Amino acid sequence: MTETTMEIEQERHVLVIFPHPDDEAFGVSGTIAVHTERKTPVTYACLTLGEMGRNLGNPPFATRESLPDIRKAELQKAAAAIGIQDLRMMGLRDKTLEFEDDQKMMNLVTDLINELDPSLIITFYPGYSVHPDHEATARAVVRAVRVLEADKRPKLHCVAFANNTLEEIGAADIRYDIRHVYDKKMDAMKAHISQTIWMLKDLESSVAAEGSELHDRFNYEHFWTYTFDEKDKVSEIKS
Amino acid sequence: MEPILPEKVQELINKFAGEEVYLHMETTNGAYASHFNEKFFSAGAYIRNAKLTYEHGKIVGEGPFRVGLKLAIGWVYAEGLTHYGFDEDGHLLLAGHDFDGKLAVALEMGKTPFK
Repeated sequence: MTETTMEIEQERHVLVIFPHPDDEAFGVSGTIAVHTERKTPVTYACLTLGEMGRNLGNPPFATRESLPDIRKAELQKAAAAIGIQDLRMMGLRDKTLEFEDDQKMMNLVTDLINELDPSLIITFYPGYSVHPDHEATARAVVRAVRVLEADKRPKLHCVAFANNTLEEIGAADIRYDIRHVYDKKMDAMKAHISQTIWMLKDLESSVAAEGSELHDRFNYEHFWTYTFDEKDKVSEIKS
Repeated sequence: MEPILPEKVQELINKFAGEEVYLHMETTNGAYASHFNEKFFSAGAYIRNAKLTYEHGKIVGEGPFRVGLKLAIGWVYAEGLTHYGFDEDGHLLLAGHDFDGKLAVALEMGKTPFK
């Protein structure tokens, strides 16, 4: 890899906010593992139980009604794999977040910030995170952080993966080498086996392909720092 | 979930006819369909805990199957159903699982609300 990586900064408290069990595993579990190894407190607020997951198998191993319990157990196992001690399941429902009351969504984040006083929040990048729940989560976080006084705002590191990300907001400004916690990231991915079995099969065949996208994902993690300037496109809540 | 046995499912549908039931129905191509293929037109529909009564219902087809429920002044139907089963609350679960094992459609009903 020719891109340079940087050291992960020491944090006071890291707050991770994603809507689905497994969102944390794919993009940020290596980074989380580094923080927890340093004994930095990490809180993961997972907004739903991924009730609408479509991978149920054929022959089926789960039903629409049994999937939430399966994914809850997977989430707990994944959190343990990367050392998260404060896992919060927020009880919202998969694929409904953009239809929730926007103020309620923002307040949920505000309450977490007030309680935990995080120095860093990790979430999705609004506008470039593809799934409607990702976008709704990202908007809620941005709104909750934006109303804080500038010098009181935690850093906001966002995950972006929309197809138009590079051409519109450029490359990630943060790139971490997480190869030393590869095993923990792999354990987190394996914990979400109902969601990741297909990818893990691909990985076995192509992980050796140095430089492949899949290979890269297990060795490096990328974030876009969210800034509250002209790049901030999240609207105010309509009253 | 087991592959649908149409005679068995017809019996089960008959049991709920004429009574108030809670209904879950969804059809989905997944939230990432247009991400992986930008030419794909993503569409789906979802209804959970609709309370209704159907006069009669029917399962038809050679598999995948279609199920239609005739209401007093309307209809409910779903196509692409491949599997049936029950949850812990005794709700009848009908689902269509595609060739990759992904849920494409679900039609579920029972006497108590879904969680």
